[in-house]
Amino acid sequence: MIEFGQIRVIARKEFRDRIRNRWVIAVSVIFTLFALAIAYLGAAQQGEVGLRSVEFTIASLVSLVIYLLPLIALILGYDAIVGERERGSLDLLLSMPITRLELLLGKFCGLSAALSVSTLLGFGLVGALLVSHGGVAALFHYAGFMLSAILLGMVFLSLAVMVSVFAKDRARASGGAIAVWFLFVLVFDLALLGALVFSGGAFGEQLFPFLLLLNPTDVFRILNIFSADDIRAFYGLATVFPASLSNPWLLGGVMLAWMIAPLSLAYWRFK
Amino acid sequence: MKHPVIEVSDVYRYYGEVLAVDGVSFSVRRGETLGLIGHNGAGKSTLFKMMLGLIPVSAGEIRINGEPVRGSGFRELRRTIGYLPENVVFYDNLTGLETLQFFAALKNCDKRDCLAVLEKVGLSHAATRRVDGYSKGMRQRLGFAQALLGKPRLLFLDEPTSGLDPEGIREFYRILHELNADGVTVVITSHILSEIQERVERLAVIKSGKLQALGTVQELREAVDLPLAIHLILRETAEAVRTALQGVALVKLEIAGQNVVIECHRTDKMDVLRRLGMLAEVDDIVVREPTLEDVFLGYARES
Repeated sequence: MIEFGQIRVIARKEFRDRIRNRWVIAVSVIFTLFALAIAYLGAAQQGEVGLRSVEFTIASLVSLVIYLLPLIALILGYDAIVGERERGSLDLLLSMPITRLELLLGKFCGLSAALSVSTLLGFGLVGALLVSHGGVAALFHYAGFMLSAILLGMVFLSLAVMVSVFAKDRARASGGAIAVWFLFVLVFDLALLGALVFSGGAFGEQLFPFLLLLNPTDVFRILNIFSADDIRAFYGLATVFPASLSNPWLLGGVMLAWMIAPLSLAYWRFK
Repeated sequence: MKHPVIEVSDVYRYYGEVLAVDGVSFSVRRGETLGLIGHNGAGKSTLFKMMLGLIPVSAGEIRINGEPVRGSGFRELRRTIGYLPENVVFYDNLTGLETLQFFAALKNCDKRDCLAVLEKVGLSHAATRRVDGYSKGMRQRLGFAQALLGKPRLLFLDEPTSGLDPEGIREFYRILHELNADGVTVVITSHILSEIQERVERLAVIKSGKLQALGTVQELREAVDLPLAIHLILRETAEAVRTALQGVALVKLEIAGQNVVIECHRTDKMDVLRRLGMLAEVDDIVVREPTLEDVFLGYARES
């Protein structure tokens, strides 16, 4: 049986470590600076500068989140287990009355909390500006965006923890984390595009939307782009992605599955 | 009849094709101190890890207080077990006190005891200092303090005095003696055999994963039948000594001026001493039993 108290002890330590070594504040500042710059300059190529509607601001921030957040999550979590093993502290931890599942979940929860706080602080300022600019209605949309960004961060944190369990040492783990980032952020979409072009769009209509669900960054993109009709039309994606698959709850569920699956694999290996 | 605290029954452990622990069986009584000795890679640490439930056995069974290790009831038992690993590593960004509080929380024991435990191992002055500023000896003391959290009834100590200065070593064994007197069972490994030979009740000699011998230091000495050494300072001639010892089967006789070294079997000791006592001019006589190191090397040679 799981003892939640043990998960809390590990999580609290991980979170406190990140607060103490100023990781949370550093990442928050990075997010704030990038988010402010993108929110203000996102429409510069159309000759406009300054805050626009919440939908367009979110659409501009989506790319930032997709590039930056997975990278930060992977950096945060890649040595969660392998680091303990390499330092020699894992045996001592496991000699305590704690199960491997509790240790894994404690690490994941603590790191998730640190990442979530950084994300909320980092994107919070732009959110506050949007609310002052567009009223409380903007808050609903923006809160959804931040929540999905946190989910995306947790998905990549889960992948990082999995890499950390499977890797033999920290060097290999960092290599694995970079490979995961390349795969999901750069390679996957390019490969999909290439396949579409080479097949002359043969599998496009039936398979394409489902293939997008195999990449959590695409799920995040769809979740946020499809949340507003004008953005959907602006990006021209309405014809590619069927409305039945763009249900936010369904996409949220897919993100959740993306979070649980790597953690389960990590537990299976760690056990 | 009460269960022994530790029961290791015909335990094997494979790492792939390599047999690290080969059919080891022994038990440890409540309140006993058992020393585990063996060369590097002999299988001591593997045995330790299996007794702590950190790695599974390939075959056989280990029970602690009658409870199978890695069984469902073992988690609760872990609260009563203290473990000090070899080369203990802590989190550099925590203070000594925070480190103990973290482990106390995991062990679900009273965090207010942490300061008292730090005091016990002589670290209270550094309680609020970060661990990255600790010396090797201080980290080792902190490791011992961590093992003492929650008033354990069973201690596994892997090279516990490594990095400690002579005063620290003496203090460590003083605390261990107190715990022992209180009925705490201890399993300890050390490479410094001279250090543990007076401080353990029984010793288990491990070689290439096998239990080569188990018993008190005296039993091991007798079993391996090593000669004991008699050092003399006398004013007699070498000839007189040789004459006195004529007919005794000596292992070695070395005469250099007034210094004489005789090595003989334990069974001949009293006979040799009686004959030497008959010599008129003996200034000094010292009988040296084989050390644990000699015994250990004797077992290594035997195998």
